[in-house]
Amino acid sequence: MAGNRVAVVGVGQTKYAAVRDDVSLPGLLREAVFRALDDAHMTMDDIDAIVVGKAPDFFEGMMMPESYLAEALGAVGKPLFRVHTAGSVGGSTALVAATHVQSGVHDRVLTIAWQQQSVSEAMWALSFPIPFQQQLVAGAGGYFAPFIREYIRRSNAPDEIGILVALKDRLNALKNPYAHLHEPDITFESIQESFMLWEPIRYSETCPGSDGAIALVLASEDAAEASAASSGVPPAWVHGTAMRSEPATASGRDQVNPDAGQECAADVYAQAGITDPRRQVDVVEMYVPFSWYEPMWLENLGFAPEGEGWRLTEDGSTQMTGDLPVNCSGGVLSTNPIGASGMIRFGEAALQVRGQAGDHQIDGARVAVGHAYGGAAQFYAMWVVGSEKP
Amino acid sequence: MSSEPDRSISTMPDGLWTQPTPSVPVDLGDDPVRRQVVPASMRYDYTPGLATTRFLRGLAEKRFLGERCPQTGDVYIPPRGVSPVSGLRTTEQVEVGPKATITSFCVVHIGFGVNAPPTPFVSALFLPDGAAVSLYGTMGEVPHDQVRIGMRVEPVWVDDDQLTTSMENIRYWRPIDEPDVPAEQLKGHM
Repeated sequence: MAGNRVAVVGVGQTKYAAVRDDVSLPGLLREAVFRALDDAHMTMDDIDAIVVGKAPDFFEGMMMPESYLAEALGAVGKPLFRVHTAGSVGGSTALVAATHVQSGVHDRVLTIAWQQQSVSEAMWALSFPIPFQQQLVAGAGGYFAPFIREYIRRSNAPDEIGILVALKDRLNALKNPYAHLHEPDITFESIQESFMLWEPIRYSETCPGSDGAIALVLASEDAAEASAASSGVPPAWVHGTAMRSEPATASGRDQVNPDAGQECAADVYAQAGITDPRRQVDVVEMYVPFSWYEPMWLENLGFAPEGEGWRLTEDGSTQMTGDLPVNCSGGVLSTNPIGASGMIRFGEAALQVRGQAGDHQIDGARVAVGHAYGGAAQFYAMWVVGSEKP
Repeated sequence: MSSEPDRSISTMPDGLWTQPTPSVPVDLGDDPVRRQVVPASMRYDYTPGLATTRFLRGLAEKRFLGERCPQTGDVYIPPRGVSPVSGLRTTEQVEVGPKATITSFCVVHIGFGVNAPPTPFVSALFLPDGAAVSLYGTMGEVPHDQVRIGMRVEPVWVDDDQLTTSMENIRYWRPIDEPDVPAEQLKGHM
């Protein structure tokens, strides 16, 4: 991996919920920021720079909040800027923050991602009529469901795969106190019988709309070791980072198994020295907003051959008791403040290799992958973190 | 909708973080302001550019005008004046469709307001004959459970006196009596 070593030494999350109107937006962010700083045994005075990411403005009805958040985020007198890459923004924001340390410019960078889905309607924001453009009349689910249908056609996966993913993630969420959805009574049957929204996607196979924020503290090697010595918690060392993009519309583009996702994974594995991801990766947090994206991304990220990803779901490999646990936190299917969801994946990967994931900890996790995608399956961001220095 | 309170710290697994102490006393009073609804609207003046202008003028004549990538030969619709693959200007206009093939679809069971058909309806990707990429639209004149990948279709336009330079000229698409296109031929064109 290019540049100086960088590690995650602080992770702070808010409680995620459908509505967090108990706090203002600055209050919500400070809830995550203070937890991350406490975790790192730092204060805002220790932070050199701040990098933020949020959902597209029209998903939130909130324009340029970074301009009035400077003081609330402790950014006065420091660099503060915002990253935009649609749904993958949480991942890209963490990676931009990491480059500030890898480059040697800064030693301690605070990065924050958030969304308040309750203050607007992301689904309808994607569906309003624009006469001179093609209209997507059915929200994000209407956009992605045809690609799921095509995946099912190509792979001949049984209908129950999507249900199994949703059941696993929602049960995992019960072990994560921050997760939005806690549905202790959920069953295979209740998911199967839930309302069909965008056939083949059922209601219970769909992510919720959440309010919430996550903050990470990234540190250079010296700063990370000092933080760990003080907090007693090991850093999560970044072993590889990669981002890729692809055109929204192009002949030959395959949104079922996108080139940009494959290339992003190949790049990040090469940096991390991973040649057999299925064997070498202990735990994965991938961006699965609709249940079927678990098998699709298992293939796209090289954990299974094309057309075989659903078998890892079916045989239990992706459960917490399996050999490749996926989304132990409950994932996007249980918590989805879109602007934060990518960084939550990255932060949860870091928690796993630091041994800090609580009830959803995979014992002895040493190598974890965080993954995000966004836009019209257009933007990809990944990192590999490990308990050992790279 | 009431908010779900933050989980108290006592239920956190050991080794996690403490709740930060508020820097000022928190007293929201008996009736805190939690939400204000502020309607907002925006007016756009849109400059479509030459390629999209040609496309939109074509729509007003119930024609689909795409443009060809000079390197790969693929015809893009709606055209943006540039090939997304080669980056080269598309200079050759090519009429495609109006017949098309469904490359994939979903059945929508939730209402999306006045712009969408009554539920359930089929939202689909339509590949016009001769084009390399699909258009979005909805299906009509067929039960939703009879729609297939590879199904052959044609657009149903608004009445001639309603035609404008808009995608809204297409009311919906409907099946035509032609054999399905094998799905394998549609990969890469969704």
